[in-house]
Amino acid sequence: MKIAIASGKGGTGKTTVAVNLALSLKNAQLFDCDVEEPNCNLFLGYDLEKVEDVNVPTPVVDKNKCDLCGKCSEFCQFNALAVLPEDVMIFPTLCHGCGGCTIVCPNEAISEVDRKVGVIEGSVNEELVFYRGLLDIGEPMTSLVIKALQEHIDKNATAIIDAPPGTACPVIASVKNVDYCILVTESTPFGFHDLKLALDVMKILGIPFGVVINRCDIGDNRVEDHCIKEGIPILMKIPYDREIAKLYSQGIPFVNEMPEWKDKFLRLFRDVTLLSKMKDRPEQ
Amino acid sequence: MKQLTIISGKGGTGKTTIAAAFASLAENAVIADCDVDAADMHLILNPEIIETIDFYGLKEAYIDSSLCIQCGLCKENCRFDAITDDIKVDSFECEGCGVCAHICPEGAITLVERKAGEAYLSETRFGPMAHAKLSVGEEASGKLVAFVREKARDLADRYDKELIIIDGPPGTGCSVIASITGVDMVAVVTEPSVSGIHDLERVLSVAGHFNIPAVVCINRYDINEENTRFIEDYCRDNGIDVVGKIPFSRIPTEAMIQEKTVMEYSGNELSGEFSEKLNDIWESVMKSLN
Repeated sequence: MKIAIASGKGGTGKTTVAVNLALSLKNAQLFDCDVEEPNCNLFLGYDLEKVEDVNVPTPVVDKNKCDLCGKCSEFCQFNALAVLPEDVMIFPTLCHGCGGCTIVCPNEAISEVDRKVGVIEGSVNEELVFYRGLLDIGEPMTSLVIKALQEHIDKNATAIIDAPPGTACPVIASVKNVDYCILVTESTPFGFHDLKLALDVMKILGIPFGVVINRCDIGDNRVEDHCIKEGIPILMKIPYDREIAKLYSQGIPFVNEMPEWKDKFLRLFRDVTLLSKMKDRPEQ
Repeated sequence: MKQLTIISGKGGTGKTTIAAAFASLAENAVIADCDVDAADMHLILNPEIIETIDFYGLKEAYIDSSLCIQCGLCKENCRFDAITDDIKVDSFECEGCGVCAHICPEGAITLVERKAGEAYLSETRFGPMAHAKLSVGEEASGKLVAFVREKARDLADRYDKELIIIDGPPGTGCSVIASITGVDMVAVVTEPSVSGIHDLERVLSVAGHFNIPAVVCINRYDINEENTRFIEDYCRDNGIDVVGKIPFSRIPTEAMIQEKTVMEYSGNELSGEFSEKLNDIWESVMKSLN
């Protein structure tokens, strides 16, 4: 079973829920899909090994064969090539790696080389099977690294996926095809607003979901009221607790120090398992 | 005209709270909310939308099923797995590259424009504002950020404003890069947690990669004072100014509930002290920027 942990707003506690849930389970795999800012391992402290580079095939032009016809730059939707009167310029970070330029070139002057945009790393012999992606600094192609990371999910085990914030393509790449999504929010106006955006993502993708309300006592009740009104399961409420905040700041998963929470996460997992299997799910 | 972007790497460190406070302190600025896929600034500034502009992102392949002979060449040549087994376009995967349209022997595929969101030009109680809403699941967040920034520059020209305050997105990827390229300075809001520190280091590398000067503000510094000292040392070693430290407080949330900036929400002594701190930070930021 694949469970994603997502949220519209950043900093609501996705990583906290993902790591503490994974540690509460036996034999779970954890995937840090927030490849722009992967934080899970700050709490796990595992020795990670490189599994593979993530590459984008990027064009190179053989200047002996190129007659500067301009078909490649005309074709490229991403403006990654510019044909000048005497030269062809390539802008690698704009290239999506579609390969179109190699196809349209009438002189077979364009070939492709791999350009590294990120890396996949994994744990060896640790308590959890853990993989993460890491986008290289200055690179924009987040989703590509996420897709490469997801290739390592073992479909026969429980996979916990820590998704990036927002509602754009990196989120879709992370949560697409999961069995259930846990949306983590906080009880503030920003948290509520961004939760509603995240709910739209779930509805469009048709993913069953429930909500964890973090820092449930700091703001107002609109998140909870909305969930009750819409029949959205509230899977867990985590109060604002200076001790939890302190442990978080130190990189300590709070289930390790506050074992009573391990039971709560196990209960959450049991609920999620049941909810994801419900055939006649109420309209969400 | 100067441009200042508020970023953080990690989400939820207080970017929007601080950007909104800056908006209320700036005397002659345009505000741009560039966190286009989870924009929150409007919840505090209550902009009155003057103009709505449709935003077209990447194109998308469209297959005319009456012409398609199901040869599968499009699927074979698509590197994004955007053509399904029954030869349909998966909108979430299609990047609009056009390879399928080029390769189709029947001319059944065309690239079509797709509305991917809206940009807004608005008026707020602190001046003009440019903001946007990306449609759910869209690819082109960086492109929409660039679009909002272009609109903000238009507003600055039109109203003769000397500063654009840009509320940036979390992360380090496409939309962050689009939010900071060509600005005069970034102010990074961090918090003294291991995640905050890790993400601060990465996002400062991104700013450095594009040669953009940066200053740092430490929010909720008293949650972990040891980590706060670590951040201060790190910044000093790297020649980056720490423009201020803000204590943990419920004031930002209380102000947010009342749809006010923390500067406006100054009902009691405690919040008076809080807003004074932000005022000092604003002055330091302005000094660094100029």
